[in-house]
Amino acid sequence: MDETSRASQAAHHAPPQGFIRNYIFSLDHKIIGKQYYGLALLAVLTGMVLSWLMRIHLVWPNSPVPGLKWLAHTSAPNGVITPEYYLSLMTMHGTLMVFFVLTNAPFAAFGNYFLPIQIGAEDMAFPRFNMMSFWMTFLAFCVLMAALFVGDGPPISGWTAYPPLSAVGAVAGPGQGTGQTLWGLSIAIFCIASLLGSLNFISTTLDLRARGMTLMRMPLSTWAWFITACIALLAFAVLLPACGLLILDRLAGTSFFVPANLVVSDQIQPHSGGSPLLWQHLFWFFGHPEVYIAIVPAMGIVSHILINAMRRPMLSHKVIIYSLMSLGFLSYMVWGHHMFVSGMNPLSSLMFSFPTLVITIPSTILTLIWIGSLYGCKLRITSASLFALGFVSLFVSGGVSGFFLAQPSIDVLLHATYFVVGHFHLVMGVAAIFGVFAATYFWFPKMFGRMMNERLGKIHFWLTFVGAYLIFMPFHYLGMAGNVRRYSAFVNDYLQPLLPVHRFITIAALATGAAQIIFLYNLIHSRFRGEPAPQNPWEATSLEWTVPSPPPWDNFAGKIPVVYHDPYQYGVKGATGDYVMQDSPQKIPTVPEEGRR
Amino acid sequence: MATTVHEPPRVRPRKLPSRKQGTGSGGGGWRDRTPSDGSFLAVGDRSTASKTGVWVGLAAITMSFAALTSALVVRQGSAADWQHVTLPRVLYLNTLVLVASSFTLEFARRRFSRLAFLGSGEATASPLRWLYVTLSLGLLFVGGQYAAWLQLKSQGLYLATTPSSSFFYVLTAVHALHVLGGLGGLIYVSSKLRRSALRKNTLDAASHYWHFMDILWLYLFLLLWVKL
Repeated sequence: MDETSRASQAAHHAPPQGFIRNYIFSLDHKIIGKQYYGLALLAVLTGMVLSWLMRIHLVWPNSPVPGLKWLAHTSAPNGVITPEYYLSLMTMHGTLMVFFVLTNAPFAAFGNYFLPIQIGAEDMAFPRFNMMSFWMTFLAFCVLMAALFVGDGPPISGWTAYPPLSAVGAVAGPGQGTGQTLWGLSIAIFCIASLLGSLNFISTTLDLRARGMTLMRMPLSTWAWFITACIALLAFAVLLPACGLLILDRLAGTSFFVPANLVVSDQIQPHSGGSPLLWQHLFWFFGHPEVYIAIVPAMGIVSHILINAMRRPMLSHKVIIYSLMSLGFLSYMVWGHHMFVSGMNPLSSLMFSFPTLVITIPSTILTLIWIGSLYGCKLRITSASLFALGFVSLFVSGGVSGFFLAQPSIDVLLHATYFVVGHFHLVMGVAAIFGVFAATYFWFPKMFGRMMNERLGKIHFWLTFVGAYLIFMPFHYLGMAGNVRRYSAFVNDYLQPLLPVHRFITIAALATGAAQIIFLYNLIHSRFRGEPAPQNPWEATSLEWTVPSPPPWDNFAGKIPVVYHDPYQYGVKGATGDYVMQDSPQKIPTVPEEGRR
Repeated sequence: MATTVHEPPRVRPRKLPSRKQGTGSGGGGWRDRTPSDGSFLAVGDRSTASKTGVWVGLAAITMSFAALTSALVVRQGSAADWQHVTLPRVLYLNTLVLVASSFTLEFARRRFSRLAFLGSGEATASPLRWLYVTLSLGLLFVGGQYAAWLQLKSQGLYLATTPSSSFFYVLTAVHALHVLGGLGGLIYVSSKLRRSALRKNTLDAASHYWHFMDILWLYLFLLLWVKL
């Protein structure tokens, strides 16, 4: 088949017609990626406001929050947050952030947009599944938001929804009724959506690569999305039946998770013999891989961006890929470390402690490769590369506390304290968000055809970077001082002296949150008024930079690229510029190691 | 890092089989095109993607049932309220029906391959007939599972009665849902075949899924038989 007939047939689905097929029920992976990004943005703003409410309540427990009485007049009478409502805020904050931000933004949003382009495909393997996947995620989001406004109170069981209280229904108190049911429903829908999404990512990567795009020639970001899809496929496949069983316990009176003779609110529950630990096992079997679903895409994105800024490849392309793979593999063997204080057999604790320490090895290798590659390079300082560096910093700072928590004897003391809160916010939450920021600054020109404002981007970086440390570093101190988590007020004598630290954190959180207005302004302003973006503003080598900004609806305008090179041909002597694009047939002189590095 | 130049695979024009699929609906998309170098793996082709997609989906389904199995084992050991449930007799019949449906689907597939090889457009009837037989057997199986639930119900065993009955209903219902999905796939395949627009890989993908549902049922049946 010759090139012309190839081009004429290059239409996997006809060009979309009309507003609805173009922008709403679109089959185009690029639109779907943007939709995921928009949803994640909505979720992150909501989640951030919820965290502000929590922080405000912790330090000014009796003062009314302006406007809150309109939003939650039963849960927060006169705008004063009740203890139950505090737990609701915590539950909703965690659920929104983990599922709708950390899973959606780095993986579903950027993965959808750039995975097909980076491997030279015109769309995902199953565009209809892709569309369904987004709209089910949106439905899950709506159901969860509905839970925030139900009459008997939003869910209060935390994002982990531990039974038995999460499984017995309204008898367990406000927020355990309709709100908790909606929570379970929302997560179940989210699971199905994520399964469809992961299926698409895996099939696309395996089957739709352009000619010459071998697996090892895929950019690190694509590798990370692919590995994440493999993790997500198996993790959400476990959470889905678990949610199903929890909903059955709540609605159909089964006893999967509720033990016999349980007395709640002075009433014996009509359940028999269920095991609350069973839920914890099922949940954390999903829950720990979920951590890697959030962080692995960010690792890939950050590597991709750092290489571009360093103008040379990482010390080892392959070792990064193998490390990401081993992270994915090991993430399935460590779930028990979330349950050290749940009454597990001490031998099991030991068995889970060992792989938890082992999993730090690939993380350390990755960190060493990043830092070793950065050593002595002339880094191009952009907002994207700054956020990528920030990611490395936060990942190390948050990861180091993981060494302590991996050991049951230490974890028993720290588990229910702010130490853990600080740990996972730094290593998973803020680090992954920094990955998303880096990706936004890096790929915005490609997605919207306009440049973002670099000066605002750098101001945004420094405020957010310093702010993140100011917020989360003191958490570790609080934890070591014995400050328990999930308390809505600190009235105990030993907690009173810690209140100034809390006040400091709250102010830092409000300020850092306010600094995000700069980002939002930059995002919206650049979308409409930014400088028009050239095709390849960062002088990058991978396939997404061989197409116009923004790419046409079938990505390559009918001309599927042929790939000749490894993804990161930077610092090539004798090349125009210092780089060679992946699809350039130009020969690359083989030079000794020292010459390249 | 020493870099060598990797040439892309050389393009070898290949004579295409005359009856290449997929002209029936929508004029064929870019994934319907035949790769110019004869390698289906190197150039995107929807047909291989549908097969890969089914395998990936089956991996997820396996994981879900593994989770339910481990839940069953843990739940059985966690308290002394586990009661023995005699499996309804009709399940043995259902098992036979489902196994038979796998065979009839294979008959359909064999006949379709022969058809594709001979290139005759008229004789789609033969594979189609076997597909319809498979469809009816599948429906019969789902109906049989429903009969099994009625039998349990008549013994006073409901979803929440005992933990073992809970697991019986959950496992059979989740499996039946997946079988219904497979039936949808078979309906899609037979409508494609009626319009002479069926690709072999689509049929293969659907039949892999169907056989997997068969094997999954045999596993579940054994599990229920041993554990309940």
